Amino acid sequence: MTCGSPSFSRRLVLQGAGSVALVGLGFGTVPAVAAANDKYPEDAFRQKGDADAIKALYGKTAEASDKVKLDAPEIAENGAVVPIAVATALTAVTSISFLVSENPNALAAFYVIPEGTVPAVANRLKMAKTCNVIAIVESAGKLYSATKEVKVTVGGCGG
Amino acid sequence: MHARHIFLSAIAALVGGVLACVAASAIAAPDKIDPAADAKAFQKYFTDKFPQVKFEDFVNGPYSMNEDMRKQWEEKEQFPPYEFSLEAGKEVFATPFGNGKTYADCFPNGGLGIRQNYPYFDEKEGKVVTLELALNRCREANGEAPYSYVDDEMASLTAYMAFTSRGKPFDIKIPNDPRALQAYENGKRYFYTRRGQLNFSCATCHVQSPGERIRAEVLAPALGILNAMPIYRSEWSGMGTISRRLVTCNSQTRAVPLEPQSDEYRDLEYFLSYVSNGLPISGPGARP
Amino acid sequence: MASTIRVRATVSGDTTEVQALIQHPMDSGFVKDAQGQIIPAHFIQQLTFEHGGRTVFLANWGAAVSKDPYVKFSFKGGAKGDDLKINWMDNKGATDSTTAKIS
Ligand code: HEC
Repeated sequence: MTCGSPSFSRRLVLQGAGSVALVGLGFGTVPAVAAANDKYPEDAFRQKGDADAIKALYGKTAEASDKVKLDAPEIAENGAVVPIAVATALTAVTSISFLVSENPNALAAFYVIPEGTVPAVANRLKMAKTCNVIAIVESAGKLYSATKEVKVTVGGCGG
Repeated sequence: MHARHIFLSAIAALVGGVLACVAASAIAAPDKIDPAADAKAFQKYFTDKFPQVKFEDFVNGPYSMNEDMRKQWEEKEQFPPYEFSLEAGKEVFATPFGNGKTYADCFPNGGLGIRQNYPYFDEKEGKVVTLELALNRCREANGEAPYSYVDDEMASLTAYMAFTSRGKPFDIKIPNDPRALQAYENGKRYFYTRRGQLNFSCATCHVQSPGERIRAEVLAPALGILNAMPIYRSEWSGMGTISRRLVTCNSQTRAVPLEPQSDEYRDLEYFLSYVSNGLPISGPGARP
Repeated sequence: MASTIRVRATVSGDTTEVQALIQHPMDSGFVKDAQGQIIPAHFIQQLTFEHGGRTVFLANWGAAVSKDPYVKFSFKGGAKGDDLKINWMDNKGATDSTTAKIS
């Protein structure tokens, strides 16, 4: 009962309320910026679906690649804390991002990988329900992705 | 509430399987109170039922039962979510009370490495004393207000005390005192008695169905079920004491929970800890 | 107040592995409290790791990163005893920073 027991924890806002935009207080809208700089990609984080988020973040699309190794559980033990990691054999990697397709805002994290940093990241993400997790690796200016469905039976409170 | 509804139908599905199962009767001894024989039979029941699970692994609750979940747990343990609570507990434990005394003054060995001896039977009082209870008594004896049994402060303190006791096997003693035997027996009876709107006993879930899914959760085996306490539960986004866990389990089956540290819960903890003698303390734990 | 940042950075060979855990609610803005009030979004947006005057890792996070966020990465270079500077900023402008020693 991630969001369920009122006496102990918080309640999940029923579906639909997800459309109330509450994210991003006090920040002006920043136009889509090319990846791999240090500015917080506010606009990409505001997008609903994964396709829109990818477009806002990179301005291009990704192709599936078996060189992107995405590690995620079959069934999340709890949608509030889903361990997800990615590693890749690709070279000249400049960024790695994670998207959760059915979260209210699909983009979860965008990591800038400077030269000399190993192109592998592990993190823990919230997932509202069963859906695809997408990892995108930016290598030599191109985008490569891996996708995996993760089943969520206890939702992570709306990402 | 939607989530609760799903939980209940999962339970209903579970009952079907449980009715056909008579294995637990082997554990319920008839009339003579014989804790040592109980513990032996109890442990054998689980090791027979799960021959692939290593004995020490029973302390890892649902993670001993399910490979995919175990991987997620191992990832969590790389930097466990109870880390902050554990640190807070260490700090609070060392902070003197208003009168200058500390928790260390209330416990054998300065309170370190002693978790495996709780609960114990206090022959003066004629009752079971749990670690949570002893901590609050220590506070009160030193002029401090007791902590809530289900909140973070108590969880932090017990987390720290468990941490200093990791690896030490549960060593619960039942003195040769009819009241101690009776306390044990009462705890056992509580554990096997069906109650609540759903007519479930603790054993229905944690003896007959460990490893099975109920709603989203994989049930922990009753053997070693307290060794990892207190726990950080992602479901709670926070820590929980033994008291909190017992209250929650009672509520989930629509039974009326008891007061934390009531005689019944103390006896229940006595029973559950005793039959897990020999299994190492592993707390604090991380759970789904 | 104790730092919100816990870091473990260990070097082996030419690679330093870094793990960090940060105490932060990471409220998504989609959840109500027990009184039915929406808990406003409150989450870390940027987290940086600096070694030898150079950024070795920059995390941009949305509200879907779990409470008390965790991240693990590795970088080349770094020696025992080196400083690793970490700082974060959240969507309300709060910040915290710490310096860890590589071990
Ligand atoms: C309807 C099934 C059900 C019943 C009945 C039930 N529990 Fe539970 N219990 C659960 C679930 C679900 C969990 C969380 C998943 C898990 O760890 O087993 C749990 C967890 C626990 C845990 C923590 C285990 C761990 O490793 O984290 C303890 C201790 C516990 N229960 C004790 C009891 C006791 C004592 C009773 C009787 C008062 C009881 N339970 C009755 C379902 C039940």
